[in-house]
Amino acid sequence: MRHRLYPLEDLEDIPGTTVFTAKRSRQAYHLHKFCMSLMDAANREAFKQDERAYLDRFRMSEEQKQAVLDRDFSRLIDLGGNIYFLVKLSNTDGWSTQKAVGSMTGMTADEYAAMMRAGGRSPEGQRSIRDNLK
Amino acid sequence: MARITAGIATSHVPAIGAAIDNGKTGDEYWAPVFAGYDWTKEWIRDNTPDVVILVYNDHASAMMLDIVPTFALGFAEEFEPADEGWGARPVPTVINDTDLAGHIAEQLVIDEFDITIMNDIKVDHGLTVPLSLMFGQPSEWPCKVIPLAINVTQFPTPSGDRCWQLGAAIRDAVRSFPEDLTVQVWGTGGMSHQLQGPRAGLINPEFDNAFLDNLTSHTTALRHITRLEYLRQAGTEGIELIMWLVMRAALGKSVEELHRFYHVPASNTAVGHIVLKALD
Repeated sequence: MRHRLYPLEDLEDIPGTTVFTAKRSRQAYHLHKFCMSLMDAANREAFKQDERAYLDRFRMSEEQKQAVLDRDFSRLIDLGGNIYFLVKLSNTDGWSTQKAVGSMTGMTADEYAAMMRAGGRSPEGQRSIRDNLK
Repeated sequence: MARITAGIATSHVPAIGAAIDNGKTGDEYWAPVFAGYDWTKEWIRDNTPDVVILVYNDHASAMMLDIVPTFALGFAEEFEPADEGWGARPVPTVINDTDLAGHIAEQLVIDEFDITIMNDIKVDHGLTVPLSLMFGQPSEWPCKVIPLAINVTQFPTPSGDRCWQLGAAIRDAVRSFPEDLTVQVWGTGGMSHQLQGPRAGLINPEFDNAFLDNLTSHTTALRHITRLEYLRQAGTEGIELIMWLVMRAALGKSVEELHRFYHVPASNTAVGHIVLKALD
């Protein structure tokens, strides 16, 4: 048997990062089923007509439904979500991916866009939570 | 006999596709991005292959919910563009070469790669944006395309080294196909970017440029970058770069760099692009 090249816990050691694992995928299965349903124009229309009623078609947790209604992408990531599913929601809203992604950083959309134009977020101090505590 | 003549790698940011589809390529923001592809668009007019094996990741458009294949080969006759939440991209249907795809599937299994076969998928920006970048906006794509999807989203993803081995096996498979075809292998995705959490927007030019530098002739270093290290240095979505290693391995030992481009940003992402000619 081959062995891991790094401890699995190290995936949790990256600042400001949630690694999307099989376990998180299970947690978000119905949330993601909702997201992928928005790949159909008729479903997008039904969602826009009555968001709450549309969400109730899916076996998502109440927290997940509320986070969708709030367009709280950070919370949706906490609840197991992955950005590639979640952008189906922001695309439905006509948001750019940059707007959806930037909304998780605590910056305004303009601040985030300006940071990206200036070369993006520096990798300095972003490598390891443990290293940052040393 | 079929032969692999060249490899192309490029980022596949959805906003690049939107800029093309909405006629914004000349905008101040986008013009420098598209300028990086002018050379390749010119070159590929004289070097259009019969088939592109296009290595990409599906962005929860056709898979990743119910089925998460590590390596999956497209086997339908054709593939329509996916509706990713704002309507399908207005791009041509992608036409497969099922004879070559079938041969590759057969050979890969002999080579111990138990490949998944996809008979009905729509293809998202991961596959169509690279085609648009190289070929512009034709009424039909000028070559056939075999989609090869790799899971780079849900852990455990394959390792970079496993992707390398897959590329080497694809090389052997193509070279044993009896038809006289020219084939290119394209690796897509990357470079550094992170699309989630407080660390979103991470860009690491030092890592990206070292990757580009090493891709021609210092590939051993690239093969041994761990998945953890991609996440740490290039961001959670920067791990897409393992798909470039499939392309590079498929070209054989010696390559010549014909063109290279690096630009920050396109939306959230560092754009990298390289064209490599196979010399062996």
